[in-house]
Amino acid sequence: MRFGLSEEQTLLKDNVNRFLEDNVPLDKVREYADGGSDSTIWQGLSDLGIPALLTPEEFGGVGLKPLDAAIVAESLGQHIAPGPFLGSAVMAPFALSNSPEGFGELLSKIATGEHRVGIAFGEAIARRNQASVHVKDGKVDGTSLFAFDAEADSYLVADQNKNMFLVSADDDGISRSNLTTVDRTRRTVELTYSSASAKPVSTDSNLFDRTLDLGRVMLAADTLGAAQSMLDQAVEYAKQREQFNRPIASFQAVKHMCAEMAASLEPCRAMVWFAAHALSDVPEEARLTACHTKAHLAEVGQFVSRTATEVHGGMGFTDLLGLHYWFKRIGANRQWLGAPEFVRSEAAILQGVD
Amino acid sequence: MDLSFGPEYDDFRSDVVNFLDKNSDKAPKGGDMRGEQAKDWQKLLIENGYTCRTIPKEYGGFGAEPDIIRSRIIGEEFSKSRINPGLGGQGISMLVPTLLEMGTEEQKQKFIRPTIHGDMIWCQGYSEPGAGSDLASLTTAAVLDGDEWVVNGQKIWTSTAHLADWIFCLVRSEPEAPKHKGISFLLFEMTTPGIEIRPLVDMTGVANFNETFFTDVRVPKNQIVGERGQGWQVANAILGHERDTLAPPNTAQTRINALVELMKTETAGGERLIDNPIYKDRLMKLQGRVLAMKYNDMRVLSSRLNPGQDASLSRMITKLQGTELRHELEGLAIDIMGEVGLSYDDNPHLRGAGSWQREYMYYLGLIIGGGTSQIQKNIISERGLGMPREPKIEKKAV
Ligand SMILES: Cc1cc2nc3c(=O)[nH]c(=O)nc-3n(C[C@H](O)[C@H](O)[C@H](O)COP(=O)(O)OP(=O)(O)OC[C@H]3O[C@@H](n4cnc5c(N)ncnc54)[C@H](O)[C@@H]3O)c2cc1C
Repeated sequence: MRFGLSEEQTLLKDNVNRFLEDNVPLDKVREYADGGSDSTIWQGLSDLGIPALLTPEEFGGVGLKPLDAAIVAESLGQHIAPGPFLGSAVMAPFALSNSPEGFGELLSKIATGEHRVGIAFGEAIARRNQASVHVKDGKVDGTSLFAFDAEADSYLVADQNKNMFLVSADDDGISRSNLTTVDRTRRTVELTYSSASAKPVSTDSNLFDRTLDLGRVMLAADTLGAAQSMLDQAVEYAKQREQFNRPIASFQAVKHMCAEMAASLEPCRAMVWFAAHALSDVPEEARLTACHTKAHLAEVGQFVSRTATEVHGGMGFTDLLGLHYWFKRIGANRQWLGAPEFVRSEAAILQGVD
Repeated sequence: MDLSFGPEYDDFRSDVVNFLDKNSDKAPKGGDMRGEQAKDWQKLLIENGYTCRTIPKEYGGFGAEPDIIRSRIIGEEFSKSRINPGLGGQGISMLVPTLLEMGTEEQKQKFIRPTIHGDMIWCQGYSEPGAGSDLASLTTAAVLDGDEWVVNGQKIWTSTAHLADWIFCLVRSEPEAPKHKGISFLLFEMTTPGIEIRPLVDMTGVANFNETFFTDVRVPKNQIVGERGQGWQVANAILGHERDTLAPPNTAQTRINALVELMKTETAGGERLIDNPIYKDRLMKLQGRVLAMKYNDMRVLSSRLNPGQDASLSRMITKLQGTELRHELEGLAIDIMGEVGLSYDDNPHLRGAGSWQREYMYYLGLIIGGGTSQIQKNIISERGLGMPREPKIEKKAV
């Protein structure tokens, strides 16, 4: 029995962390937040083989498992890195390689990072503003809200019945407009379709659910990394900052805030690992754990992000320090692909409680 | 990631399950430590290696090699089937491991067998009116007079002192030494002249703990564990172990399942409680936390099996998180039952034999006992996160 990361997984984590430390410092994130591009970051991650991680070997991928992807997601969250990882490296390769339609050629382009796939699932999870997606005879009409990755080459779109389609971003029938959110480390868009071509991916709601579970666990992992970074920053700051002739880290009120953050965050690491592992290896527990992990990390993330900000005093509230980028990223992860109350009600339904 | 224990453990698990199937009728239901049924059950469990498993045969145990996984499987199956896992109590859970680690051969021979068979019941005399969280400031004095220690002072919160045959007790034997170095660990009989016990009723309505007074209590010199002045190390050798066992995730899992069942059967205004969206959400929230602690525990287990894996922080947070979680879990059951949730003792509307209220209070006791939640947070921030200690305030001269 061994519950934890393998040597290869630790190596993967170290590699990704090293790349992000060198290439995605806070200044780089700010650049993106102010309207810059994430293409050099994605290029670098592609050189490391990140978009190929989950793609099966037969399509030029590495054929690794969700746990490996979760490790990367955690690092990306830790460094609040921009980029299309969630859609293009995780959810799309999974859905497309399990599709009966055969997307071999596209998958190999995704695996090299040259083709980016975004995700437009909102209308299949919890529709807002009466947005909806309708596909008939290979043509799609309607609207997807808060699709992620504003620079994607194509989008994996789900309708209200969990049917999935692929729509090209440069189809004449699609228009895309930026939706500004508080989280400036990733961009979301509104997609409007009028008779755009829609290539069928799957009519199997089970495949949609599994793709969604995978996405949720990745968001949880992203939150884990971001929250851990906030806690580390808070502890570090508390050791440096002095008031009343003492480091504030020696005040018990501050210590207890940090201890509470650590106590609630540490079990989250094991939870994310298990949830990711379950997706591939413990199918009977996978769905329930994915829901719980998504919701639990949303709650712990919220607690840690506000408390870590508080430990920083006024400095935590400034733009100067940039702590707010983590705060907002965690906030966005909470809402994307199902907010906690919503996901928990799914968890209840899965247990025959509805 | 490899979650399997291996095929030989599957066989072992089915042995345990078979044993439980065949023998469950012999298991005692209540917690009477003195009852014959409890002792017979304990004997049967030891003979089969389902409790006191690694205690050597010569001291009355089963004598197996330590195997964390087997112990784990036993714990899981007993918890799942809700069958009595054998005798507990501070003698078995705290003193016996202490003796195995620090006791003399003579002490092991004399104390372990009767203790694990339920013939010798112990209480723990650590806390004093002036020494709770700051345990090392204890003042109960032991002075050597010829071949005997003479003990004077007072202990408090001594659980089961009124039932105990013996006490393991921390005393100050070297008043001149720094506070952590002046303590000794003594063992003595509760029938020794000079001991007075006054029961303290706790919030559950039962006198589970006591005030214990010592007036010139004479204790043979050799009834000391470790050397003079080493008592603090002796006591600490297993304190961490005690914290691990206070709120096991297994039982949290069993309790949340029981809570789900309760919510499916209980109704308010004719509506099943589980169908109330607010209650349902609170239930799911807790289930998420129970799962997080379950996986956290798997990580701790794994770190014990795989040298080099670090889970020290995961382990450090278990007492704090586990006890708080159980208190909330039991509290949710009370909330959702409204007035029915208040039922106690002989109330005909009692649910779960009163366990929800009892455990709700019991876990508040555990939040306080064994190092309070605040003390846990001190430990986590100082040892886990490397934050500085509070500045020390010197004791005022009297
Ligand atoms: C059910 C139960 C059974 C027990 N059984 C036994 C037993 O069998 N034998 C035995 O010896 N003892 C036993 N105890 C005693 C237990 O170990 C003590 O109650 C515990 O260590 C706390 O000490 P105290 O009660 O003196 O509280 P105090 O130490 O006075 O604490 C009071 C409050 O102050 C806080 N506080 C104290 N110091 C600090 C600090 N440094 N930083 C922040 N906050 C602080 C505490 O967290 C708490 O909230 C038992 C207690 C309970 C509740």
